[in-house]
Amino acid sequence: MSNVAIDLTGVTKLFGNKLVVDGLSFTVASGECFGLLGPNGAGKSTIARMLLGMTRPDAGDITVLGLPVPARSRLARKGIGVVPQFDNLDLEFTVRENLLVFGRYFGMRTREINAVIPRLLEFARLESKADSRVGLLSGGMKRRLTLARALINDPQLLVMDEPTTGLDPHARHLIWERLRFLLASGKTIILTTHFMEEAERLCDRLCVLERGRKIAEGSPHALIDEYIGCNVIEIFGGNPQELISLIRPYVQRIEVSGETLFCYAPDPEDVRIQLRGRAGLRILERPPSLEDVFLRLTGREMEK
Amino acid sequence: MGERLAAALPANAWNWIAVWRRNHLAWKKVAFASMLGTLADPMIYLFGLGTGLGLLVGRIEGASYIAFLAAGMVATSAMTASTFETIYAVFGRMRDQGTWEAILHTQLTLGDIVLGELTWAATKAFLAGTTIAIVAAALGYAAWTSVLYVLPVIALTGFAFASLAMLVIALAPSYHYFIFYQTLVITPMLFLSGAVFPVGQLPGVFQQIAAFSPLANSIDLIRPVMLGRLGDNVGLHIGALCMFAVLPFFLSAGLFHRRLMR
Ligand SMILES: Nc1ncnc2c1ncn2[C@@H]1O[C@H](COP(=O)(O)OP(=O)(O)OP(=O)(O)O)[C@@H](O)[C@H]1O
Ligand SMILES: [Mg+2]
Repeated sequence: MSNVAIDLTGVTKLFGNKLVVDGLSFTVASGECFGLLGPNGAGKSTIARMLLGMTRPDAGDITVLGLPVPARSRLARKGIGVVPQFDNLDLEFTVRENLLVFGRYFGMRTREINAVIPRLLEFARLESKADSRVGLLSGGMKRRLTLARALINDPQLLVMDEPTTGLDPHARHLIWERLRFLLASGKTIILTTHFMEEAERLCDRLCVLERGRKIAEGSPHALIDEYIGCNVIEIFGGNPQELISLIRPYVQRIEVSGETLFCYAPDPEDVRIQLRGRAGLRILERPPSLEDVFLRLTGREMEK
Repeated sequence: MGERLAAALPANAWNWIAVWRRNHLAWKKVAFASMLGTLADPMIYLFGLGTGLGLLVGRIEGASYIAFLAAGMVATSAMTASTFETIYAVFGRMRDQGTWEAILHTQLTLGDIVLGELTWAATKAFLAGTTIAIVAAALGYAAWTSVLYVLPVIALTGFAFASLAMLVIALAPSYHYFIFYQTLVITPMLFLSGAVFPVGQLPGVFQQIAAFSPLANSIDLIRPVMLGRLGDNVGLHIGALCMFAVLPFFLSAGLFHRRLMR
């Protein structure tokens, strides 16, 4: 196998006359975790569907696992595991039956499937739920089952559309831990997300999308260094306009989001001195994160 | 164009079996209720109309009315079983439950899915029609050997109606549209195709229209055999049913591709 898992060149997609993906190019290397980051409607799911050959680009070329898509997408899908944005498990089946039925779609024999089910249940921490009906599982368990189901064909590549949206923090951390395990075992992952923290923790590289266009690409650290490069001070609880005029000379840039000021200051001490003695202010200094990059790039905050 | 065709057609001759087995597994959990649901209607027709009307009608085409009706009900039960499986259960799996979407993430094509669903609906039709035929034979309204001969026709009838219903669900935006198919196509077909009374009594135009319906073709194959006679135009009727099974299948697969893979 070549060491390129996914390659997009100049991919464009229109729905009617609405441009949803606009001349997008990127490459994902084998073994890499690549993130597609963007607000609602940025085109993340559409890109995921194009990788699977479920919707056809209007222009551009897509190669997945060395095969042209959509022309050879059926063959490519044999080596792909999919976690869709919305769970589509069979609710009337048990956990085990869901895996059995799905394995058959890949042409596996019942005996073969039964041989891998214990490993998958263990991976998804669902051993005790093997014979429970899926309709009765919690959201986190369903998501883990979807992940286990995506692994039934032992895929090289995982395409995951918002794997942790709608989960509580505990369930989310469990999924992240499982995904890191998969990456350590050599799988390639492309995931879409709204969560900066998710992208920062998991992705080797990511691509920030806005209305179908790539507005930045790189490793989380490189992006943070490139676009922010200094500590961030969050100020909450004062009159934003008044505070801005006070500290403007001492900061590189100020971003207002709701009632919070985000100040990007090479020397945070200068800002602190200006604010000293003011009552009712909450000040937090922290290292920059991807969220700051996103704010800077898109000028608006993503859902949290 | 070629690759679109490849996505809409079955990838091979066996992929569909996985879809059939999925449906079979789901059905096994509710088999009793499901069988009761599919068989209640034709049984009520058979015994209600058969015994009630039978007294008034006397003999038809040289047989008792209930024996005449039994043959009609074998075909009708196959028609309704595969029609209802398709317009309700398959539509749900295609649009609301995400079952098809999940399958399309695997190595199956849309054509594999449609073929699997079709074969499953035909299986249910086969089960329903066969049960009615066995009941009729057990009660002495048909010879046991005749049941063997009508089995393939029952299966073919199931395929034809599943295929037609597949076309309907490929086009229907929501469940509300199925009532049109039911009241404007299925129910009139029941009365125009000779299931409950001989079509000879209808005005000529109706007779000619009805002769083309898949139900009429099915009944014309099943009834003579069950009443111990030789049928006419057997090849023609089989050909017509095959056409109803095959053409809508390809057409619906194409329409599903347009609907789901935009
Ligand atoms: N089948 C479709 N027909 C028409 N428009 C569509 C279709 N699918 C998606 N769109 C539009 O394309 C745009 C991108 O949608 P997409 O689902 O790819 O976004 P997304 O980044 O996944 O968003 P979200 O974060 O909400 O999941 C949206 O404006 C959406 O309305
Ligand atoms: Mg999406």
